[in-house]
Amino acid sequence: MVQDKTIMSRLFDAANHSFLFLIAVLTVLPFLYVIVSSFGSMDDWIPKKFTLSAYQYIFSTNTFLRSLQVSVYITIVGTAFSLLFTSLTAYALSHKHLPGRKGFMLLVLFTMFFSGGMIPTYFVVRSVGLLNTLWSLMIPGMISAYYLIILKSFFQQLPEELKESAKIDGCHELGILWRIILPLSLPAMAAFGLFYAVGLWNQYFSAILYINDSTKWPVQVLLRQIVVLSSGGFGDSTQISQDSVAFYGQSIKMAVVVVATVPILLVYPFLQKHFAKGVLLGSIKE
Amino acid sequence: MMQHVADEVRPALPDSNPRVKKSLWARVWKERWLYALLLPGIVYFVIFKYFPMWGVLMAFQNYKPHKGMWNSEWVGFEHFSRFFGETQFWMLFRNTLILAVYDLVIFFPITIILALLLNEIRNELFKRTVQTLVYVPHFLSWVVIVGITYILLTTEEGTINRMIVALGGEPVPFLFSKEWFRPLIILQMIWKDAGWGTIIFLAALAGVNVQLYEAARMDGANRFQLLWHITLPSIRSIIVILLILRLGNFLDLGFEQIFLMLNAMNREVGEVFDTYVYRVGLIQGQFSYSAAVGLFKSVVGLILVAGANTLAKKFGEEGIY
Repeated sequence: MVQDKTIMSRLFDAANHSFLFLIAVLTVLPFLYVIVSSFGSMDDWIPKKFTLSAYQYIFSTNTFLRSLQVSVYITIVGTAFSLLFTSLTAYALSHKHLPGRKGFMLLVLFTMFFSGGMIPTYFVVRSVGLLNTLWSLMIPGMISAYYLIILKSFFQQLPEELKESAKIDGCHELGILWRIILPLSLPAMAAFGLFYAVGLWNQYFSAILYINDSTKWPVQVLLRQIVVLSSGGFGDSTQISQDSVAFYGQSIKMAVVVVATVPILLVYPFLQKHFAKGVLLGSIKE
Repeated sequence: MMQHVADEVRPALPDSNPRVKKSLWARVWKERWLYALLLPGIVYFVIFKYFPMWGVLMAFQNYKPHKGMWNSEWVGFEHFSRFFGETQFWMLFRNTLILAVYDLVIFFPITIILALLLNEIRNELFKRTVQTLVYVPHFLSWVVIVGITYILLTTEEGTINRMIVALGGEPVPFLFSKEWFRPLIILQMIWKDAGWGTIIFLAALAGVNVQLYEAARMDGANRFQLLWHITLPSIRSIIVILLILRLGNFLDLGFEQIFLMLNAMNREVGEVFDTYVYRVGLIQGQFSYSAAVGLFKSVVGLILVAGANTLAKKFGEEGIY
């Protein structure tokens, strides 16, 4: 930016660099500590020797493996559904001449500012028969109004002539979307896919609301049981069976935290790349 | 009156004006495939967003699940007056308000300061490394964030308390005390999202005209004067609009996080509207009463957002709708 060689300025630079370095280290330190300690033995709070026993234990339990399966399943299937229906809706709404478009847009926009709330939504989910099914984790939040609107503006920015010429060649609307629009929007689709996937993987509250059957819990809910509830956290006693309040060693808790986070860390470089392009801020220019 | 209106409308009715009808119908028919693509999305919004808005009418009933909406008894504003009369109401209101104030005077300024400090770094590699690291917690789930908090802070075996004991101190019940609840909530918020919050400021800062700085340097301004007279004014409008938006959303503040941090020992300072709705509604089964509390929250939230938006426009900003 500006070159300034005074002593005060150099001092400030030095202090600023060290301060930000410290902040960056402090941010990742708790997580690094948990990763490192998860390879220690049960009762060490400073790990002394390397062992995989915590991981061996959690991967030997059915509960954990099953919840991991649930999480992977809802993340993959849920992302596919979300992306498919978000892009179909966004594509239709990107046609400015579509009769009734304004009304549909208003219908979507309003949901960003007002909602029926937790209890009425619960009864809707119940009455359409999704309660206690994995669909209740994927369908009620399937389309994000926010992503829908950003994707719609993205589609609108694509050159109109492309669609026109395809239409003249006798291409179907679905064909235009599939052969012309989607290939041009791959970076945007990848970004929204990642954001949906992170949201699905990280969600826990819908599972607490809609799923009683503990064999259908995703890993985040299991993590809450193991780490928070077993240490005396929020006791909504109707949902805890006796054995889930059992004592878990620190390193087992840590291992579960690590496994619940690894997928996020794996996609993080891609997330970083996409939000750096400004997708999240809605200023998609590409 | 009715007659008059009917007469006025008649000429415009579709059947007496075939040309208009046909062209609209033709336009709709021409786009039938687009409507087919639109249909699933609209059905989704109607079922999962608008049915609950209709279902919120249960707040004015004594809703019994086996009777359904149609046969449950109507009670008017009874649940609302009960709620406003409860001491719980003021507790929820106070807890929400205090957390919102902490958010505005602690969390929000920290994101701005962090962005300004990052903006002063000229070494691109260092800057990008710091950014990469401080953005990470934003993508972790609240369960993971709270889980790590528990691992570090539980009274018996939390790492921090073991350190305290090893140094000869008394263990501190961080997670089970009223005093520590709010500081912990704010610390978690800062840890998870302060880094992420800098993005929007950094984007604004990147857009500042370099010539402004050069001209000011010619006039002999030092770095701190540049910061004060050029950098800060250039992000003023973003600060104002984000501040107003945060004000507008303060009722929704951190529900998932607070839900995980609540326990019997800190409920008095930690319970907020949504956690109360969950506990009273789904755990205790008082559906109509908790729906009324939820509706109250939604309506106040809507008013706050609308008010915030008007305020933003008064400041000459674009607003959000």
